[in-house]
Amino acid sequence: MRRAEIVTASLMALFSVYLMWKSAELPIGWITDEGPGGGAFSFWLSAVMLICCIWTMFNWYHRSTPPSKSKDPFMDAFALRMFLLVGGAVTIMIGLVHFIGMYGSIPLFLLFYLRFLGGHSWVATILISLAAPIIIFFFFDVALRIVLPKGYLEPLFYPLYSIFL
Amino acid sequence: MEILGLLYDGFLIALQPLNITVVIIGVVVGLFIGAMPGLGSVNGVAILLPMTFLVPPTSAIIFLAALYYGAMYGGAISSIMLGIPGASTAVATTFDGRPLALKGLADKALITAAVASFIGGTVSVILFTGFAPPLANIALDFGDHEIFALMLVAFATFVGLSGDDIPKTIFSICIGLVFSAVGLDIMSGEPRLVFFDIIGFMHGINFLVLAIGIYGIGEMMWTIENNRGDSAMSKAVLTLNGFMDSIRDIGRTWIAWTTGSFLGFFVGILPAAGATPGSLMAYGVAKMTSKDSDNFGKGEVAGVVAPESANNSASTGALLPMLTLGIPGSPTTAILLGGMVIWGLVPGPLLFVEQKEFVWGLIASLYVANLFSLLINVAFIPLFLWVLKMPFTILAPIIFVLSLVGGYSPTQDMHDVWLMLIFGVGAYLMRKLDYPLAPAVLAIVLGPIAEPALRQSLLISNGDFSVFFTRPISGPIMVIAIILLIMPALKPLKNKFFAKGEGKKTS
Repeated sequence: MRRAEIVTASLMALFSVYLMWKSAELPIGWITDEGPGGGAFSFWLSAVMLICCIWTMFNWYHRSTPPSKSKDPFMDAFALRMFLLVGGAVTIMIGLVHFIGMYGSIPLFLLFYLRFLGGHSWVATILISLAAPIIIFFFFDVALRIVLPKGYLEPLFYPLYSIFL
Repeated sequence: MEILGLLYDGFLIALQPLNITVVIIGVVVGLFIGAMPGLGSVNGVAILLPMTFLVPPTSAIIFLAALYYGAMYGGAISSIMLGIPGASTAVATTFDGRPLALKGLADKALITAAVASFIGGTVSVILFTGFAPPLANIALDFGDHEIFALMLVAFATFVGLSGDDIPKTIFSICIGLVFSAVGLDIMSGEPRLVFFDIIGFMHGINFLVLAIGIYGIGEMMWTIENNRGDSAMSKAVLTLNGFMDSIRDIGRTWIAWTTGSFLGFFVGILPAAGATPGSLMAYGVAKMTSKDSDNFGKGEVAGVVAPESANNSASTGALLPMLTLGIPGSPTTAILLGGMVIWGLVPGPLLFVEQKEFVWGLIASLYVANLFSLLINVAFIPLFLWVLKMPFTILAPIIFVLSLVGGYSPTQDMHDVWLMLIFGVGAYLMRKLDYPLAPAVLAIVLGPIAEPALRQSLLISNGDFSVFFTRPISGPIMVIAIILLIMPALKPLKNKFFAKGEGKKTS
């Protein structure tokens, strides 16, 4: 936990410096008749972020906050396993949207999660994995007219489009 | 009397078939979300906001407000039955609700909690109806200076009152504000903070991307990690006699729910305070003022009634600054405010002049939502108990899927979905290190209002910051903000002082 605290604070401090530098691409000073430049607001806020990170590091050094005192691991084995499995599954689901679209990746994700992480029966798994994309299709594509990405599966939807859209 | 006329018109809107339908759906969804441990109104509102594009804005906000209400009722169900608060706002309900359930009086706890929620909700909506129009009237005179000063108070309350780690709170506020600045600079029209020249940043970072990332993905991961093992559920048998007995208990504990309702409302108005501290304070006051305070914690009905009336009351209180001043009092109301901007409404006092139908329709719908929450809650207790048995491994993937679709739909850009994932994972890791996340959500919603207000004010004053202090209304507001900001700095001094005092006593 203690190491995670200082690593996070340092990374965030670096991020603040990056934000300051990025803000400075626009004028950060005073422009006559225009007021503060476009980058001023974000520049000074990033500067405050940097100060806060240094403050957090100071607290870390003095062990005055709970995470800087804690000897617990930042993530125990269970947490790490869950984080990698769940986070990984969500990441893969989003990545697959680019190839097989929402309607390909959502059932696959539900199948994996319900059956292998959740340990539910095949009947429940397949029922939910099929019902979810159908409900989403009628809600978003049909009712809201927000066409969700279909990737390479797009041609399969042409008949549906001609019926419902 | 004018208010009654407006309220009547509002009821005509709230009682339209479409709006009644959305209220009922909203309440049911809210009760369900509130009852599930790990999910609160904020998760529901963030994840479901993109779904409301289906109906007109007034119905959309009525739906979300009903969901918000329902979630406050629902939170009590798992507090009582499982001993796990359904939402942080229902923490205080576990203190006495759980012991009651363990004694076999779960039905009494559930019914008194529902009725107390109804009382708290109704008292607060009446207070709201009385306070909102005059407050909006005063706020109509506010200029850029006052608006900026009010924002500063909203942020300062997080620093002064929330009790979270101070540098981390300020960090969270600033990062939210910086993210809100990404995209085109509205005043000069220049692109700014376009990270790595990725085109997706040109249209800015939508607040929903951050909100769904935090509350749909980050919090889910947090809940998955923290909900290890199963908990034992109590049994509840509902009988008419039990029901009448519970109603008599409500009559007996009138002091608890009166203080709860009023205290909750006023605590709810304060940004950063809201329903959780409101209900804890109400519990404390009820215990203090009760004749048999020894029974508290062992299953005293007043200990359920006080926090439940307070958390419902506070949720209405939080709507007051959001609607009248455009300053949200909680992350949930911040998301509602962001939603109003998407629907093309300008939050703030002008709503009461230009969008009377919207405002009064919403207010009237709160009365309606409250009544339906009570009826649905009491009538369907067995159904909610069944829902509580639903494993989280079914709910979690569905929420991830809804987050994916919900993150995509506002801008229809996969860039935003990836950003949402990054925010979600980041939020999960930072939450483990005690970084508060609600201030960032509030900041990204308020940023686009705060920045122009600050720049306009400085332009008028030619860069002189003292205008914020010399103007008649913004001056006192700024002083309040500064007091709130330095309050935590005084705390160690106070502690030292008291520690010395105690040291003397013992020596």
